[in-house]
Parts: sequence; C-alpha cells; structure tokens
Amino acid sequence: MTNFSTVLQRHYFEHPDQVAIYLMHPGQPDRPVTYAEIIAGASGYVETYRAHGIAPGDVVILILQHGIDMVYAYFGAILHGAIPSIMPFLTEKLLPDRYRADLQALIAVTQPTAIVTYREFEPEVRAALKPGQDSVKALIISDQAKGPQPPTFERFAGLLRKPEEIVLLQHSSGTTGLQKGVALSHRAVLNQLESYGRAIRLGPGDVFVSWLPLYHDMGLIACWLMPILMGYPLVLMSPFDWVRAPYRLFQAVSNYRGTLSWLPNFAYNFCAQKVRDRDLEGVDLSSWRAVSNCSEPMRWESHQLFYERFARYGLRYEALTTCYAMAENVFAVTQGGIDAPVVFEDVDRESLQVEKIARPAFGGRPSVRMLGAGKPIEGTLVRIVDEKGRTLPDRHVGEIALKSNCMLTEYYHRPDATAKAFLDGWYLTGDYGYMVDGELFINGRKKDLIIVGGKNIYPQDLEMLAYEVPGVHPGRASAFGIFNEVTGTEDVVMVVEVDTDIPEEREKIAEAVRLAVNRGSAVVLRYVHVVGKHWLVKTSSGKTARSANREKFLKEMQEKGQAF
Amino acid sequence: MSEEIIAKLSRYITSDILKQPNRKIDPDEPLLSSGLIDSFHLVDLALFVEDNFGVHIDDAELSASTFDTLNQLAAFIQQRK
Repeated sequence: MTNFSTVLQRHYFEHPDQVAIYLMHPGQPDRPVTYAEIIAGASGYVETYRAHGIAPGDVVILILQHGIDMVYAYFGAILHGAIPSIMPFLTEKLLPDRYRADLQALIAVTQPTAIVTYREFEPEVRAALKPGQDSVKALIISDQAKGPQPPTFERFAGLLRKPEEIVLLQHSSGTTGLQKGVALSHRAVLNQLESYGRAIRLGPGDVFVSWLPLYHDMGLIACWLMPILMGYPLVLMSPFDWVRAPYRLFQAVSNYRGTLSWLPNFAYNFCAQKVRDRDLEGVDLSSWRAVSNCSEPMRWESHQLFYERFARYGLRYEALTTCYAMAENVFAVTQGGIDAPVVFEDVDRESLQVEKIARPAFGGRPSVRMLGAGKPIEGTLVRIVDEKGRTLPDRHVGEIALKSNCMLTEYYHRPDATAKAFLDGWYLTGDYGYMVDGELFINGRKKDLIIVGGKNIYPQDLEMLAYEVPGVHPGRASAFGIFNEVTGTEDVVMVVEVDTDIPEEREKIAEAVRLAVNRGSAVVLRYVHVVGKHWLVKTSSGKTARSANREKFLKEMQEKGQAF
Repeated sequence: MSEEIIAKLSRYITSDILKQPNRKIDPDEPLLSSGLIDSFHLVDLALFVEDNFGVHIDDAELSASTFDTLNQLAAFIQQRK
C-alpha cells in the first residue's frame, strides 16, 4: 500500500543521510535536514500527538513559521495518520482580533482536535478557543513537544492510512477561504506528484528553490511535498525574508545549482525592479531550467522584464515556463514551456472581448498578447464549456472544467460547497479560457475572486470589513481587483456608498475603510472610491454585482482622466 | 535636520508608495503595523533611505520593531549617519 508515510519510510531506509531540505535563515548558516532527521523529529511529534489523545484521522492545525518546527510537526502529523492543515501566521499589520475571528471560523468548520504553535503565540491562540465547547483538545506548544527520537515504525498509524483517505487540508486566506478547506487524499496527491513530475521532466540533478508560503498550494505541493516525497533536495526560505531581500532567491539558485522554482506573476516584476546588481555579484543562474509562472494571471510582459534583468546572470529564456494550477486539482492542471519555449499569440481584442472568440490578430487591429498555460498534465482532462455545460470548439472562450485522477475529495465538512462545484462529474473552475490544439489559454474568471500577489482574496470578506466603518451601510460596498501593469498583479479597489456629500467627511470614511481592510485582511487597499446613494449596481437579488461595479468605476476614472 | 528628513520621507511615501500625493502623514502615525506601507514596499523604502541619506537598513531590520513611524525612522537615520 502506498501512502505518504510509506513513502517517507522508504526514503528513511534507502538514504537516511540524504539531505531533504536546506532551511535558510538570514544571518545564519543554512541548515541541512536529512530524511533521518525528518523522521526522528516527526517521531517526537507522533508521541506528542498520541500523548494528547489525538487520533488518526483527526485534523491538526499548524500555526508555525518557516523552520524546523514546521518540518517536524507537519510530518509528525502525517506519520501519526492525522490530517495537517497550515494556517497563515499572524502578520504585523493584521489586527489580533481579526486573526482570532478567522481562527475561530476555521475551528468551527474544520473541527480540529489539536493546534500546534509557538510559546510566544500561545495567548493569541488560547484567546480564540472555547474550552469544553469547541473541538480542540490540545494546544501544543512547539518547545514542549517531544524531541527527535529513533523511529518506532510499528507505532506510526500513518503507515496504515488507506490511499483514498484524506491526508491534508488546504485553505485560502480570509474568513471565506478558511471555511472552505480543500480535502485531498493520499492517492490524489501522489497521482498529482507522479503526473506533474513527468510533465516537468523531473530527474537526477534537479534541485528545488523556493520562498513560497506553505499554506498555499504552489508552496505546499510544488515546493514542499513534491521534492520531499519524491526525493529531491529543496532549498527553502521564508516568504517574510524573501519579500525584504528578494536577491536571496538568486543567490540560493546560484549556490545550490537550483533547477526548479515556482513564482506568482508579480514576483517576476518585483524581482526585476527591486534586486540590485551589488547583491548579484558572482551569481550564476544558468542551472535554472524551469521557473514556472503560476497562481495568478501570467503575463508575457512580466517574463520579458525578468529575462532582460537576469539574462546577464546566466538566466536562459527557455527557463521561463508557465503553469495553471489550483488546490482542487491538488496543484497543476497544465504545464507549458518544458520541451519547447512557452507559447504566446496575439489575438484580436474586439473579437476576444465582444464575441468571446480568440481570433489571431489581423489587419493591424488592436490585439492582446496571450501567454499559453501549456497542455494538461497526464491524468487531467480539460474542457471548455458554455453556460449549459456543452463543450466549446477551439478558440471559443468558456469556463474551464476539469476531470482528473487527482481531484479533491471534498470541501471539508462542506457538502453544500462540494455539490455546487461539480457538474456531471466535472469540476467547474470558475476561470475562463480557450484551447488551441490542446494548449490552454486563461482569459479571466467568472468567480468573484481577487488575486493579489498569488493570494486568493474573497471580495465579500473585504466588504464585510468596510461595513464595520461608521457611515458605510451593510450591502453598500463593492470590492474588486484591477490589474496593475507595473506590479504585475491586481490592485484592490473598494467602492463605498455613503449618505454624506461633505468632502472632508468622505475623506475620513475613505481613510477608515482603508485602515479596516489593511488591518483586517491579508491585503492592502490601493484605492477607496466614495460615492453617493444609488451608485452601486445591484443584481436582481439585491447583491452587489462586482464586475458591473468594476466596469462602472473604470469608466468613471477614464472620464476623469485618471489612469487605472 | 529631523524635520527635513521627515518631510522628504513623507513626500516619497505619499507620492511613490501610496500614490496619494495629497495625503498627510502624521510623524507619529504607524506606517508598518497599520499596513499603510505593505511588505512589498519595504525594499523600496530601504533603497530610498540608502540613496538619499546614505544609511543602510539591513533587511532583517525592515519591521515595525525597528521603526514604525516617520519620527522613529528619522531617529534611526540620524543615529546611523
């Protein structure tokens, strides 16, 4: 039987001293962690979970940062047969109250029996718990967990987990995202790793380098589980350190002869604009063979920027690749740019926007450059469907639907959401796209989701925060994203309707809305547009129609001559 | 001296980072812990300080525990000069 634990056990017996992870911490030498150390550290956690009465199949929430505790606690949960779920750590700007509310929302739906965190964070977590009323039996403090110990494999219930049983949960951020955990089985994840490994031609000599957070599929699957379970070295730094010192990524690739990385689109712009030459002295990027653009709309312009900036350090153009992925398919749906450079094409803008057909550009008319997301990986079928679920021909834009051997089992404890996501066995992604000879192009989304720097943000969470501001009435705010060419990602805009027309009062409300969102969510508002009554477009059911409000906002800005 | 530094920082933050040139920043207003300056702009701020005041801010120091307000940042700059 194959499951995560048997795979880990095999690594332990076959090459205990092989380094699985190099943990980078600023100002310290990198810390190599071997398979023997992972198993020994995880073994300590198995005993800890067991001592606290945590049963196989229980959910364990990890509120830990980048570092060795995360490695041991995560794989300890796996070897114990428990289901780990990583919750983002409290950031400097997030209000503790809001974090607590998010944690409570997660607990209410997910029903975890244990939470693991640091001593200094214990009061925050404890404040969110309701002893005797919620599901949490144990709050485990990392420095109290049992230390590394020689493994006793017969005590690892994880070895007995069936392939179809749930192995882990993935959540996206915010109250809404935390209440919709993607539950994945051992089999689904292992199928994905096998197909995706083949799609990227994973082989001897490959080295993964990553700064991605582990609470997100791109970090968790591509840059954590894939290298560790498939036996390839992973060089890992924290997103917190990377955003302050993006050059570290390039130094790490150079030092370790890194071959594979995954980045959200904004990171291409960010690195190209913010890394200084003096931090790149002696850096050699020629080993990088696939840097996959993934998790937010991919832009040809971003690839150009990145290439122009780093080509002189040995970056090869062929190394720029693309990937379309989602947690519901474990990770990758398609991959492009591995055997041949990434495909791009110019399509007629009007046909694309009005007729929803991607015709190759003609007659010098305005066109849009589309970057191909590649072809579906083995075991994943992709269809483009119309509103009635009928398959559309090539070049016709429709919703992307999937069927695969690596689908989610369910949204955890959310049969309502699970049922809604499927149509006749096909998972409806909520993304729009079109196909050309098997190549998928992504072209916007149906779902009301804002993606900022690769992070999925639910606009309703941001609107709820705005409603807490005096002067803003519930139901009278609309949040949406607008692509920013400079940063390569979306800016978040909020429109709020107010009664007052006094400019100073409106300015005050705008500032308060900005602060409420900045401190209450994972994103920062770029612009608050304060308007009078009846500005917002509503649907027949009275809900705000975000895409219509976005159009109206853009039109107004254009009329005012303000660029957006 | 400190006032000059604050004025220069303030101008840069409102026009280049916040893109709200008319906004006023109080010298004691939290910038980092309020999310006013988000983490994607910390590198910009460090480079601006280095280019304009010749003071290097190490990336490990880019957090609210080192400085959070204009007053604190100005004091930090003067101390390092």
